[in-house]
Amino acid sequence: MSEPSIKTMNMIEAINSALDIMLAKDPDVVIMGEDVGYFGGVFRATAGLQVKHGKTRVFDTPISECGIIGVGVGMAAYGLRPVPEIQFADYIYPGLDQLVSEAARLRYRSANDFVCPMTVRSPFGGGIFGGQTHSQSPESLFTHVCGIKTVIPATPYDAKGLLIAAIEDNDPVVFFEPKRIYNGPFSGYYDRPVEPWSKHDGSAVPEGYYRIDLGKAAVVRAGEALTVLTYGTMVHVVKAVVAEHGIDAEIIDLRTLLPLDIETIEASVKKTGRCMVVHEATRTSGFGAELAAQVQERCFYHLEAPIERVTGFDTPYPHSLEWAYFPGPVRLARAFDKIMKD
Amino acid sequence: MVQSTKDNLAPLHLHIPEPKFRPGDVADFSDIIVPAVDAHPRPDEHVLPADIHPLAYGLVRVLGDDHAASGSWDPGLDVATLQVMLRKMLLLRAFDDRMFRAQRQGKTSFYMKSFGEEATSVATTMALHSDDMCFPSYRQQGILITRDYPLVDMMNQIYSNRGDRLKGRQLPIMYSAKDYGFFSISGNLTTQYPQAVGWAMASASRGDTRISVVWCGEGSTAEGDFHNALTFAAVYNAPVIFQVVNNQWAISSFSGFAGSERTTFAARAIGYGIAGLRVDGNDPLAVYAAMQWAANRARTNGGPTLIEYFTYRGEGHSTSDDPSAYRAAEEYALWPLGDPVTRLKDHLITIGKWSEAQHEALILELSEHVKALQKEAEQNGILGHGLHHPFETMFEDVFEEMPWHLKEQCAQMLEEQEDKFGPEWEAR
Repeated sequence: MSEPSIKTMNMIEAINSALDIMLAKDPDVVIMGEDVGYFGGVFRATAGLQVKHGKTRVFDTPISECGIIGVGVGMAAYGLRPVPEIQFADYIYPGLDQLVSEAARLRYRSANDFVCPMTVRSPFGGGIFGGQTHSQSPESLFTHVCGIKTVIPATPYDAKGLLIAAIEDNDPVVFFEPKRIYNGPFSGYYDRPVEPWSKHDGSAVPEGYYRIDLGKAAVVRAGEALTVLTYGTMVHVVKAVVAEHGIDAEIIDLRTLLPLDIETIEASVKKTGRCMVVHEATRTSGFGAELAAQVQERCFYHLEAPIERVTGFDTPYPHSLEWAYFPGPVRLARAFDKIMKD
Repeated sequence: MVQSTKDNLAPLHLHIPEPKFRPGDVADFSDIIVPAVDAHPRPDEHVLPADIHPLAYGLVRVLGDDHAASGSWDPGLDVATLQVMLRKMLLLRAFDDRMFRAQRQGKTSFYMKSFGEEATSVATTMALHSDDMCFPSYRQQGILITRDYPLVDMMNQIYSNRGDRLKGRQLPIMYSAKDYGFFSISGNLTTQYPQAVGWAMASASRGDTRISVVWCGEGSTAEGDFHNALTFAAVYNAPVIFQVVNNQWAISSFSGFAGSERTTFAARAIGYGIAGLRVDGNDPLAVYAAMQWAANRARTNGGPTLIEYFTYRGEGHSTSDDPSAYRAAEEYALWPLGDPVTRLKDHLITIGKWSEAQHEALILELSEHVKALQKEAEQNGILGHGLHHPFETMFEDVFEEMPWHLKEQCAQMLEEQEDKFGPEWEAR
């Protein structure tokens, strides 16, 4: 075996590579969604795949998220491994019944008679001036459902490895792609020039097959002062703020929200004695609430300060006031001050 | 609130549909048009949908008032097949009776009979290949019975006992039987519609020869899934057969709340450019013929068909409702299309291949048969009497592999059982 060849990829290219490899490797893999075929997707994630793998493997669909996911469930019941794309996470709601009541429960309700190995890919999150219908982060709706795995990558390398593992998983997976960092990691300073992925270690992506197991978090910065639990775009925002303020934070990129890597979280918080949870999604009943509950159940006697939550506000995602909504450097800096004061 | 009124315009009026008869009324179905047999002759299976619009408004019939089979839709079934059809429908009826009674005796939580619409699950299934994939709604137990699924397994499911293949997880009658081409019943209505399309698309994309077949009631055609499914099937010319069992009632809501005051359910096909057939659902031969037509069409890449079976739900929606509270008594007795079992029986007697005495003997035989199987199933337990699957199975099959949080919760639940039942709890 020769050394695997490494290429610099942005997150879109890494996702495209994962899909390309899985289409070639497994004849059961089928990709469908609005504009994913001839055009290659509004974010270009499926560019070139229809020409390479054929129209019955990669094809456009009617504008019907219920139909896309429902058809996916039926294809999975037949024995295929569908990978539907929902163009924006904000559009996933018409398909929610098919995900929550059908895909998620098919194995359970049929006692393993029928299964649903389907991976629903969808760009999510804001910071792109998408307004309230192109910016939402609905991940906690899915972690609340039993029978679905929820995965969110933060680098091109992770996106490819996690997506391959998701497609190979025999249970339904919702794979949310942080679209703000498709083309480069985002520091949270929207008024500074965008940094390309090529300057980030996470853009070194093997061209061939590899997988990152679901359910495993990554410690992206080791530290002693506090633990920050985050995922997606916010991994990079937190890193930038921590660097700027010289905080010795241990930053954990969860990567998979469910099943959660509780061992990594518990070990880190017991070591640092402080815990901050950070997500872009709205605050109330957000995934941060679950993280805070898990940490206090397991680490209460190790905590030196209340768990701090840094999140989006409980409003629809605004358009013109996007940066006042976004949990950026100012909100994070205030939270760091508060949690380190105690 | 600003209310704008213009004195010269008539006020608008909101229409709330109302069934023609309510409790206390005498039903009068004289306005239901029952066309002559072969009023709309059987077209070639590869006809263009646009050329058969009248079939979406008519009523495909084979058995006439004289109990004879005639016309171009007559499937020409041999006597043995007709007798099997009758036997299956009677077995379904006997099964329903026993299980309904079992619920009333407190042996399970819930049951749903298919009385009056047996042809729509038995005759349809007989017109299919045994490996075609059925996506049923909740009232098509006749599919399993027609495909010789073990009745004891159905009963075990209804009792949620230790023999239940679904481990006691599902409401009674929500079967799943992949080996018998029977998709897991959801309970959420019409979700199976796009799934059947997806299965059919997968089959077509693989060059398979199997088609998929899906049922729903007329009430749930109002769900978005129904329309999404028809759109997808039309777009991809999927080998799928859509069936709407129009039994007039969705629990207490008459078909008007699904739009029947304006058009037929078969006519929903027209807007999607797919073939639509409206069929006498109580005429088992017409039901068979329509399914055979649609199956031939799908199997030869002719695309999807939507079939409406015009029938009547002879009893309540389930064990949980009393139809005398919302509809006129005797509606079923007055139904102009009769009873499917009686019509097939009368046909067989008319052609000299059956008798009333044979019929009564068969009913008795099937009733005894079901009763014996019921005793066998009850050896595995009845709902709420301890003979269930082991407690920890509650946490199995949520995922292929049990994640840590479910293992933790499972351990907690087992400790709770010990607290509740004492050290010997495992014997429970």
